[in-house]
Amino acid sequence: MKNILISDPTLRDGNHAVAHQLSAAQVAIYCQAADNALIPIVEVGHGNGLGASSLQVGESLETDVVLLETARKNLSKSKLGIHVIPGFATINRDLKRAIDIGVDVIRVASHCTEADITQRHLGYSRERGKETYGVLMMTHMASPELLVEEAQKMELYGAEGIIIMDSAGAFIPSDVTDRITALVEGLSIPVGFHGHNNLGMGIANSVAAIEAGALMLDGTAKGFGAGAGNAQIEVLVAVLEKMGYTTGIDLYKILDAADIAEQHIMPLVPIIRSESIVSGLSGVFSGFSKHVTRISKEYGVDQRDVYFELGRRKVVAGQEDLIIEVVLDLVKANKNATRTN
Amino acid sequence: MKKLKVAILGSGNIGTDLLIKIQRSEFLECTLFIGRNLSSPGMTKAISLGVKVSDKSINAIIDDPGCCDLVFDATSAKDALHHWAILKEMGKIVVDMTPAKVGGLCIPAVNLSDSMEYQNVNMVTCGGQASIPIAYLIGQTHPDVEYIEVVSSIASRSAGPGTRLNLDEYIETTEEGIRIFSGAKRAKAILNLNPAFPCIDMQTTIFAKVPKPNIEALTNAVKGMVAKINSYVPGYQILVEPIFENNRIVVMVKAQGLGDYLPKYAGNLDIINCAAIAVAEEYAKKRSELTLPTTNFN
Repeated sequence: MKNILISDPTLRDGNHAVAHQLSAAQVAIYCQAADNALIPIVEVGHGNGLGASSLQVGESLETDVVLLETARKNLSKSKLGIHVIPGFATINRDLKRAIDIGVDVIRVASHCTEADITQRHLGYSRERGKETYGVLMMTHMASPELLVEEAQKMELYGAEGIIIMDSAGAFIPSDVTDRITALVEGLSIPVGFHGHNNLGMGIANSVAAIEAGALMLDGTAKGFGAGAGNAQIEVLVAVLEKMGYTTGIDLYKILDAADIAEQHIMPLVPIIRSESIVSGLSGVFSGFSKHVTRISKEYGVDQRDVYFELGRRKVVAGQEDLIIEVVLDLVKANKNATRTN
Repeated sequence: MKKLKVAILGSGNIGTDLLIKIQRSEFLECTLFIGRNLSSPGMTKAISLGVKVSDKSINAIIDDPGCCDLVFDATSAKDALHHWAILKEMGKIVVDMTPAKVGGLCIPAVNLSDSMEYQNVNMVTCGGQASIPIAYLIGQTHPDVEYIEVVSSIASRSAGPGTRLNLDEYIETTEEGIRIFSGAKRAKAILNLNPAFPCIDMQTTIFAKVPKPNIEALTNAVKGMVAKINSYVPGYQILVEPIFENNRIVVMVKAQGLGDYLPKYAGNLDIINCAAIAVAEEYAKKRSELTLPTTNFN
């Protein structure tokens, strides 16, 4: 039976859903539950990862140090993972300290076409002897051929596996099949998939990835994550079991962990809101959703227009400031339209 | 007026674009364009312009000490450190385009005259040149600045291999510049690369946390500053005037390049080059004033 490596970013991607306000107490509670369920990797941090607490994306309630130290204390069987985006996190300011605190798994991420910015962070992580992966984000914005080229760079820099993210929840299963198939053929290291649920495809896309040869999947408790949420981890475990794969995760205990998460860490269980569907269709980073809602409301514009305009401008994760510009442009355009009427 | 003799060390995008800008300058003459490979695109361009070139790196200046008075170092932070040790001894003025941070930081719109005291002038970073003038004004109009954050988005195609490998140095140097010029207690810099086609113009957002925002004073100050910056970077403009949103001051600026060696969207490279030229021209003007009585009219 084939084993699938499951990574759980409930306490990282889920931080997007609460504007990065997860507390140390909540991190402790979920880490204990995840550890009990034998989830192989538990990822913790600000929504955009290490060093990303900012006015641009949102300030964290807790510092990286508090989040990671708390997780470290409460994980013994599960490995502690972090998400690291160069441009946000630097080696000297952030990564050194995180490794000193005791993270086990480092996933260095870039926009899907910019893998060469990950070279030094990947190299540093390997030098420190950490389990190291490369992550390509927003992968609906690149062709399978281009993704293979970028992933090969990460492999060259020392990544021990590559995860592609459907950060906007924009894929349907055939998109995933094409990309994973190309990556499995083009790389000599394992390939993984991280799905979002904007178009209701979180689980279906994850299954497509496995069938195309992926060996790693990401999922979160009750789907807690940015925008419409992620592939739901307890569903993934159940579906994989039914398909004859092993994950090493205890089914009853992951179901318990998901319930604990619902009770203690999420104000609302993710649902696919109308605007999340538009976000997925227009290919906009899921992490934008709270900002788009807030700023659109503040200036009285239709957030669906904002998503389509952001999609047209091909904004990438990290460009949250453009939401303000797009909203103000729409305000101007609406005023002009009223005048001509 | 006799032009100041300058050498350009580094024949990449930055060095070559500097060369083209210098060809237009009334105050500067490029007497030596230095790289490591005579067949690189930058070298080819320099040769086509009839500029003297060398592939001997720093040795070209060691071998011909009289070739120049000022050196633009457009290599890498690591090489710039090594070059400075040599050029300092030789008494050359160095305008450092890398984030090596050995000299005094210079933002022409803010501290051009102070910079004339430095033998080594550091041009901070492209994001710093775009954001620090605004951060400085936030500091000037607010007695107490808790935090400033600057986010720059640039076109992927305008970020060469050097920029990509030096992202951490870019962040550290920009943050240091923000703190020094604004007096903010904390600073953060973020850089995004966007691969969209057609390429996006360089755009920078400045966020600030202050106890008592004074948007009116800041807005007035920003207008004057833009005019000042436009004297050396014509394509610098305000995209979103100061607003107070979600408990933060927000200002957005955009820099479009002149389209010399690099395309117009590469405003990030243009802004740091225009700033460096402004510094070198100021040296040239100062020197000509000092030497005016003995000017040789031959």
